[in-house]
Amino acid sequence: MDITSPAFKSNVKRALADKQLQRAMGNVKVGFVKKRSAARDKLPEFDQLRDQARDIKDHTLEYLDLYYEIYEQKVREAGGKVHWAATAEDARDIILKICQAHDAKTVTKGKSMIAEEIALNEHLEAAGITPVETDLGEYIIQLRNEPPSHIIGPAIHLNRDQVEASFRRAHDHLPDERSLDEVSELVDEARQVLRQKYIDADVGITGANYLVAETGTSIIVTNEGNGDLTQSLPKVHIVCTSLEKLVPTLEDVSTILRVLARSATGQEFSTYTTLSTGARREGDPDGPEEYHVVILDNGRSDMLGTEFQDMLRCIRCGACMNHCPVYHSVGGHAYGWVYPGPMGSVLTPTLIGVDKAGHLPNASTFCGRCEAVCPMHIPLPKMMRHWREREFEHHLTPRTVRTSLGIWAFLARRPALYHLASSVFIRALKLLAFGRSRLKSVPLAGGWTRHRDLPMPEGRTFQEMWRAGGHE
Amino acid sequence: MPEAAPRVGLFVTCLVDTFRPGVGWAAVKLLRDAGCDVDVPRGQTCCGQPAYNTGDRADTKAIAEQTIAAFEGFDYVVAPSGSCAGMLIKHYPQLFDDGSAMRAKAEALSARTHELVSFLVDVLGVDAVDTQFDGTVTYHDSCSGLRELGIKDQPRKLLGSVSGLTMEEMAETEVCCGFGGTFCVKYPDISNNMVGNKTANIGATGADTLLAGDLGCLMNMAGKLKREGSAVQVRHVAEVLAGATDEPAIGEAK
Repeated sequence: MDITSPAFKSNVKRALADKQLQRAMGNVKVGFVKKRSAARDKLPEFDQLRDQARDIKDHTLEYLDLYYEIYEQKVREAGGKVHWAATAEDARDIILKICQAHDAKTVTKGKSMIAEEIALNEHLEAAGITPVETDLGEYIIQLRNEPPSHIIGPAIHLNRDQVEASFRRAHDHLPDERSLDEVSELVDEARQVLRQKYIDADVGITGANYLVAETGTSIIVTNEGNGDLTQSLPKVHIVCTSLEKLVPTLEDVSTILRVLARSATGQEFSTYTTLSTGARREGDPDGPEEYHVVILDNGRSDMLGTEFQDMLRCIRCGACMNHCPVYHSVGGHAYGWVYPGPMGSVLTPTLIGVDKAGHLPNASTFCGRCEAVCPMHIPLPKMMRHWREREFEHHLTPRTVRTSLGIWAFLARRPALYHLASSVFIRALKLLAFGRSRLKSVPLAGGWTRHRDLPMPEGRTFQEMWRAGGHE
Repeated sequence: MPEAAPRVGLFVTCLVDTFRPGVGWAAVKLLRDAGCDVDVPRGQTCCGQPAYNTGDRADTKAIAEQTIAAFEGFDYVVAPSGSCAGMLIKHYPQLFDDGSAMRAKAEALSARTHELVSFLVDVLGVDAVDTQFDGTVTYHDSCSGLRELGIKDQPRKLLGSVSGLTMEEMAETEVCCGFGGTFCVKYPDISNNMVGNKTANIGATGADTLLAGDLGCLMNMAGKLKREGSAVQVRHVAEVLAGATDEPAIGEAK
C-alpha cells in the first residue's frame, strides 16, 4: 500500500474537512471509552492483571530465542512448519510459494495486521490469486479498496450508508428492493456471500494474537467466527504473524486475554478464542492438511535491547487510539500507513523509517491518556519523545524549529540574560498590542493566531516585580 | 516553641513570569497565608520542556542542572503548574544516569517539588481558603497534573470552600485541550479541533468562568473562547483561591 505518512499535514487537513469522518470519530471517542471504563470497573484485579501481563511479555522478550526454539520444535511435532521472514518481501514470497504449490486460485483471509503490513493482498493479486477478506470490516474496506483505519475496527471511519452503497456496487445479484437498512441485514448479506467463498478457498490465511511456546499453538481472537471457517475449511492454513506474539504458556495467554478484550471493546472476553495446533491428525473430523506459520521480523528484532523494546509488548487492543484526542480528530488514514494512533506513532517509524514517519511521533500533546489505558503499560509518550530525540540527533528536525529552539535554549541557559530578554520581549509585545488585551494576528506566531487570539502580557515580568520588592 | 516556617522556593514558570505575573503573586499569597516563607531564586528560567519535547536532550540537561542548583537549600519547591512541576518531579531524574551524582540531586529535587494546589492540600493540610468569588466556574483538568501527579480532587476541595462559588463540571474534563506546548503551533489544525471540542464542552456548562492550574492550557482555551466571541472569563485557579480577581481575566481589557 502507498505510504502517505510524509504528507501527514495535508492528510490532516482533508480529514478535518470530512464531515462524515468527523461524525464517525465522534462515536469512537464516546463508545469505546465508556465500554472500557465499565469493563475495568467490574474487575477489581484489572490493574494487577495489567502488571502480570506486562511481566509475562517482558520475560518472554528477555528469553525470546530460547522460547522460539521450544515453539518451533512443538510446531514440528504437531505436523506444522515454521517459516522465518526477515523482511516483508520474504514473508510475501514464502506465502505466495505455499499458495502456488497448491495451485491456489482463491484464498480466504481472517483479519491480520501483519498481512496489511506486508501488503499481502496486492502481492497475491499480482500473481493471479484472489484474496477474500472474511472479517466484516476488512471485507468492507477490501470492496472499497481502502486501507484499515483502526487496528481492531478497520472500517470504523465508515457509516452504514457507505457500506450499503459498497455492497450494492459489488454484489450485483442484489435486487433493488432488498432492504439493507439495518446493520444486521448488512451482516446477513456479507455472511451469505462469504459462505461459498470459505468452501471454495484453496488456502486460508489468518493472523495470530498469540503463539504459545509450550504447545506450538497459534491463537486468534474474533467476534465473528470468520477466522474459524477460514482456517479449518481449506486444505492449507497459513498463520501470518510477527515475532513479538510469542508467550511461554497457555496459562500466560489466559492472563493476557483477561485484559485484551476489556481494553479493546469493553467485552469480558471476545466471542471466539480459537486455538490451532498443527495440521489435521488421523481421526480428526476436520482441519487443514497443512499448517504453516510465517513469522515476520521486519525490524522488530532490532528493537530488542533499545529504548523501543517495550513497544514489543503491544497486544494490538487499540485502547491507545480509542482514547487519543489526536486520533479522534483525524482518524486512522491520516497517519498514512498501516498502524494509526499512539501505537502507530511509535511503531511506524521503526518499520518505514523516521525520515518518512517523522510527523507521527511529533503530532502528540503528550497528554498521556494512551499510557494510562495501555493494558501492557507501554510508555508511549516517552517512546514518541525518543523518536524526536533520534530526529534531533540526525538533524531531521525542521530547520526553523532548530533555529528558534537554539536561540531560546541559549537564553534559557543564561538566567541573567534570559530575564533581561524576557522583559524586553514582553515590552515589545505590549507595544505591538497598542493597548489591546489580545491580538488576532502576531508576526511569526501564525500557528497560534490562525485559530485563536493571543492574550497579551501585563507589561512587566514577575521576576522584575519581585526584584523591585513588591506587587504594585 | 513554634516550628520554623517551611522555606519554599517558587518556581514561577516561564509563562507566568512573562504573560501573567498575577498568578505568581496569587501563589505567593496562598503560600504565605499557609505559613510558608517564600523566595524566588533568580537562577531559574524555564523547566526545559520546549527542548525536552523537541528531542534536544543536551539543552534539557543543562537547564535541569541549572534549575537543580537554583533551588538547593529550599525545603520545598512549588510551581503554579502541573506540567512544569511534573517535569521537575517525573522527568528530571530520568535525564541523568542511574547512580550518578546529578541523578541523586535530581531525585532530591523531585522529592521536594510540588504543584501549588496539591502542595497546599496534600502537604500543608489546607482544606479551605477564606475568600469570596461570585460566579459559576468550570474546571479543566490539565493532562500532566492529572495523569503524572494525580491532581483532581485538590483544586475542587479548595474551590468548594470559596464562598459564592458554584462548580459546574464539564463533559470530558480529563481530555486534553490541544495545547501541548509546541504542538499547538506545529499542528495548529489538530490543536484547533481539540480546543474547539473543549470550548464546546465549556460552553455547555453555562459557567461564566473557566479555571485550570496551567497557564499554557488556559491561554490556549482563552484564545479560542475569545476568537469564538465567548463571554466566558478565564483565570488560573490560584487567582480565585487567593481572592486576586480584581485584575482582568486572561485576554480581557481593563
